[in-house]
Amino acid sequence: MREDPGLYDYWPYEGRPRIEWPDGARVAVWIAPNIEFYELAPPPNPHRTPWPRPIPDVPGYSYRDYGNRVGARRFAAVLDRYHVRASVSLSVAVCEMHPELIEMGVERDWEFFSHGIYNTRYSYGMTEEQEREIIRDAMATIEEHTGSPCAGYLAPSLTHTERTVDLFAEEGGIYTCDLFHDDQPTPLTVDSGARFVSIPYSLELNDSIVVVVTKVEPRRWADMIKRSFDRLYREGAASGTVLCIPVHPYQVAQPHRLAAFEEALDHITGHDDVWMATGREIAEWYIDHHWEDAVADIAAKQGGIPR
Amino acid sequence: MTLDRDYFEYPHRSYGMDHDRYPWEMLQDRAPVTWPEGATLAVWINVGLPYYPLDQSNDPFPPPHGMKTVYPDLRHYSLREYGHRVGVYRFFDALDASGLPVTFAVSARLAQRYPYLAERLAARPDEIACNGWSMNHPHHGDLDPSVEADLVERSLATLGEAVDRDIVGWLSPGKSQSGRTPDLLAARGVRYMADWVNDELPYSFATDHGSIVSMPLSSELADTTILVDSLHAVSEYVDQVTDAFDLLLAESAREGGRMLALSVHPWLLGQPHRIAAFEAILDLVGGRDDVWVATASDIVEAWEDQQPG
Repeated sequence: MREDPGLYDYWPYEGRPRIEWPDGARVAVWIAPNIEFYELAPPPNPHRTPWPRPIPDVPGYSYRDYGNRVGARRFAAVLDRYHVRASVSLSVAVCEMHPELIEMGVERDWEFFSHGIYNTRYSYGMTEEQEREIIRDAMATIEEHTGSPCAGYLAPSLTHTERTVDLFAEEGGIYTCDLFHDDQPTPLTVDSGARFVSIPYSLELNDSIVVVVTKVEPRRWADMIKRSFDRLYREGAASGTVLCIPVHPYQVAQPHRLAAFEEALDHITGHDDVWMATGREIAEWYIDHHWEDAVADIAAKQGGIPR
Repeated sequence: MTLDRDYFEYPHRSYGMDHDRYPWEMLQDRAPVTWPEGATLAVWINVGLPYYPLDQSNDPFPPPHGMKTVYPDLRHYSLREYGHRVGVYRFFDALDASGLPVTFAVSARLAQRYPYLAERLAARPDEIACNGWSMNHPHHGDLDPSVEADLVERSLATLGEAVDRDIVGWLSPGKSQSGRTPDLLAARGVRYMADWVNDELPYSFATDHGSIVSMPLSSELADTTILVDSLHAVSEYVDQVTDAFDLLLAESAREGGRMLALSVHPWLLGQPHRIAAFEAILDLVGGRDDVWVATASDIVEAWEDQQPG
């Protein structure tokens, strides 16, 4: 074990080189639905039990299945109303099992990135070669079924090894959603030396955390999103910021929650100078326009406040 | 510890589900459903009357909303009993005033213990479904098959006798099933089960004894989930039911029939400071031409009439 992930240096929010998003936007907003598959009877992992109850865990399994059977299309209809594209965090087995969901996204020009094979197969305990195998599998599956290469990664069920980010970068990815340390992109130091960034995802606004862990009432969740947006929009006048709304169709598309999400989306899209983007677009823009300045600024601040 | 080779094998990674109980099919791709008299939204109010014994075993998991303290947990035992003694009679009054039918999901042991309540339930126009033997008798994957077969038989027979009718609906305690529960229910003639929450319409579920209808009873919108597990205010509970009702009603007008399934409990909503919320929900869903408030078995029947073959 090591003291820190070894992926980024300390970099204070104040005084960074200015980020300029396309068309003078103040804030880049991306919507990341997790389209997942949880297996009824996954093989055991010695480090984590997949279900709290003996298999079959009918409440847990059927709740997740709701997202694919009912929630996904209902959620897509809301994004359609606001002409917003999604960046799908995908359990890639959905490509083979439920290809209709992939078609739904492809015809809307959504991005798909890897969230592992299944959300019931954890990275814990994997050797480097085993983890490389699932990363390659996922990237190849996404490219084959969507026609576009996989650019981003969110580890399956947020299970990591020390090598996860390095391996994904080596295999050709350009961004990760696995770090929650910032409201702007961060250049990461990866073993391959490739240009690779962390893009703000969010656990603070993620429906899983808000609904399941902190049990916030849906309309209060909408308030949290709107307040986050308002602050990042204000700060984005000085230097571009990123707001991500990560959701799960089995949660957000429940009939008692979707109106709250729509209230937040209506608020956001009612503003000028907002870049409704995908994860890949944010990563590519940052790498193309801000990489050198950021890396130089980070280096200049490692010894203290530059004189 | 490292992982074996089989952790990287995916035997169900092909079109469809990872089991053979029902086919993969999105709600929006099915033939539109209609409800009687031109209604587009069916509302099923499921009133839970679960019995929580004091001698709870917590095997293999604690029943939801059961005993919590060191034995004897008089606090939670009697708070749940409040529903059977007081709350349910407030529910009867509210339902009589509204004229709306509901389904009562009753533990067999409760009906056996309290014949007065069983007779009152039996005399009402509402449906009575079985909520298993008691909350201390969960069905689960590690349960001995002969024990489970006896539980199903004993629960249906005891409840049926207490309320003098054949029981056609089933809700497992804590919605927990073994891999055999649906087969046992179908073999015993049960027409629908309410444990799987993966849909918003009835759908057909395969068993060893023909198909059974799965009737998804939302857990996320249950009074217990919102008020007890999430500690939301009772006004916020009504707000969420209203948001769900509005969304499904609008969707049903555009896309075809939908179903709103409300799980409510007299031990919880029957308290004096909460009963008005139940009455507000009855006001919300009642008295509309586009909404059909019905029992679960009536919804199953209307749905089955529209299925091919």
